[in-house]
Amino acid sequence: MEGSPAVTPDEGALRVLVPRVLAGLVRRGEDFDTAEDALQDALVEALRTWPEHPPRDPRAWLTTVATRRLVDARRSDAARRRREEAAAAEPEPEPEPGAVSDEGDDTLFLLFCCCHPGLSPASQVALTLRAVGGLTTREIADAFYVPEATMAQRISRAKAALRGRPLDRPGDLAVVLRVLYLVYTAAHHGPPDRVDLAVEAIRLARALTLATDEPEARGLLALMLLGHARLPARLDAAGRIVPLDRQDRGRWDPREIAEGVRVLQSALARQTDDRPPGRYQVQAAIAALHADAARAEETDWPQILSWYDELVALTDDPVRDDPAAVLGRAVAVGEVHGPAAGLRETERLREVLGERHRWHATRGHLHELAGDLPAAAAAYAEAARRATDVAERDHLVRRAAQARANGGVTS
Amino acid sequence: MPKFLLLKHYRGGPELHHPFPPMDRWAPEDVEAHIAFQHHVIALLKERGEYVGAEALTPVRTWVRYGGPDAAPVTTDGPHPETSDLVAGWFMIDVESRERAIELAAYVSSEPGPAGEPLYEWIDVREIMSGSPAG
Repeated sequence: MEGSPAVTPDEGALRVLVPRVLAGLVRRGEDFDTAEDALQDALVEALRTWPEHPPRDPRAWLTTVATRRLVDARRSDAARRRREEAAAAEPEPEPEPGAVSDEGDDTLFLLFCCCHPGLSPASQVALTLRAVGGLTTREIADAFYVPEATMAQRISRAKAALRGRPLDRPGDLAVVLRVLYLVYTAAHHGPPDRVDLAVEAIRLARALTLATDEPEARGLLALMLLGHARLPARLDAAGRIVPLDRQDRGRWDPREIAEGVRVLQSALARQTDDRPPGRYQVQAAIAALHADAARAEETDWPQILSWYDELVALTDDPVRDDPAAVLGRAVAVGEVHGPAAGLRETERLREVLGERHRWHATRGHLHELAGDLPAAAAAYAEAARRATDVAERDHLVRRAAQARANGGVTS
Repeated sequence: MPKFLLLKHYRGGPELHHPFPPMDRWAPEDVEAHIAFQHHVIALLKERGEYVGAEALTPVRTWVRYGGPDAAPVTTDGPHPETSDLVAGWFMIDVESRERAIELAAYVSSEPGPAGEPLYEWIDVREIMSGSPAG
């Protein structure tokens, strides 16, 4: 390490290199499947050896080690096929790929590979986190609370499904956006040593905005940032859920809110006149209006309602195609036109969402707004019975008990 | 990706599709086929990347409760009413959807019984809440 500073990239810096190295390998003609495996080996090796022996050029190191693995793999294949043949001249590990492509292009290219519409969502998510996010199989398995072998199998099945499909054509950006949003919403409050999927999704979405001008990519990034900014206030010290209207807004992250608003504005500015803003931009706009209110009472509900009107207008049959948007709109209707009007809106969703906890929880909230505490207590209890998250279930049970106590229900 | 338990019971649940004797009275080859099927299900789940775990429980049940201050725990081994549920084991799976969980449960229920005929056993499908230690 004489003179030159030791390069000890942290894990984050290491992960940024993964899509670049992989795209380089695939572009020079390596098979996506085997190249990805080889790079994963190199990555595990890097995590093991770099703390002691930092490389001078991390990207070249990863490329060289991955290439060596590819050569080894090819050699053992060949050996299997023609064992009697004398050892041929060893292929030299190739140097850095000649054409250094732009970082954004690499990311987009790999996202299209990993989010191939022919894969199941679980496979798209796992492959994206590994090949673009640079996470190890163990980290992904831990984040989803499944055994490592299960996640490894999911990834290898996904790659097997990709084999033989052309990966050079532009993919479906809408699928990429949905996969990134899936990663974001899969985030739990796990132990701190676990990979934070929300942070990972934001990182990937940010990389995506470098690669495409599509306004919805920025809309998605803005939506994630604005949601993530509120996270510190979502749970109290005891881990209890605090609903939006009771959150300590001083704990929202002003830096993330500012970035989210800025990104949203740049998305809307890129939106051409002939089509309305897409669903991520609209949802981000709603999140921005919430973030804008210093106190819950200052929330600009009429403005939020008009964005919800835009959101439900994006689908032909919103009750079937986007019931969550209709439900969100019902809350806004309740705030603007009164809880009775909001409750009437939820009725349209009974058939579609009647077995989901969120529908009952929303009705509980609207009954509470109307001052009908017995009805609120019953709705919250119904919601609690259907919740699929422990913290949410506990929150709903508490709301039910409070409404019951305050409403003087005795039975 | 939600997780589910596919619970198998020694007893309890809806009315049986058809009565069958306890496994210790089956022909030995039927017992082997039944056990082999359970291993096959595990292999299938692993191969598809849907496996989280599988366990079997002994039928011996001991109910335990707090005995009160300075008192020993109170236990009882029964007798239990013959109709009370008794869990025999489970597969824990991580799948795309509830529909997939139900599809797998139906497959588990097709396990071979006496004379190799499907058992049509009722499988109790329970979603695991996220935020719990396993979810």
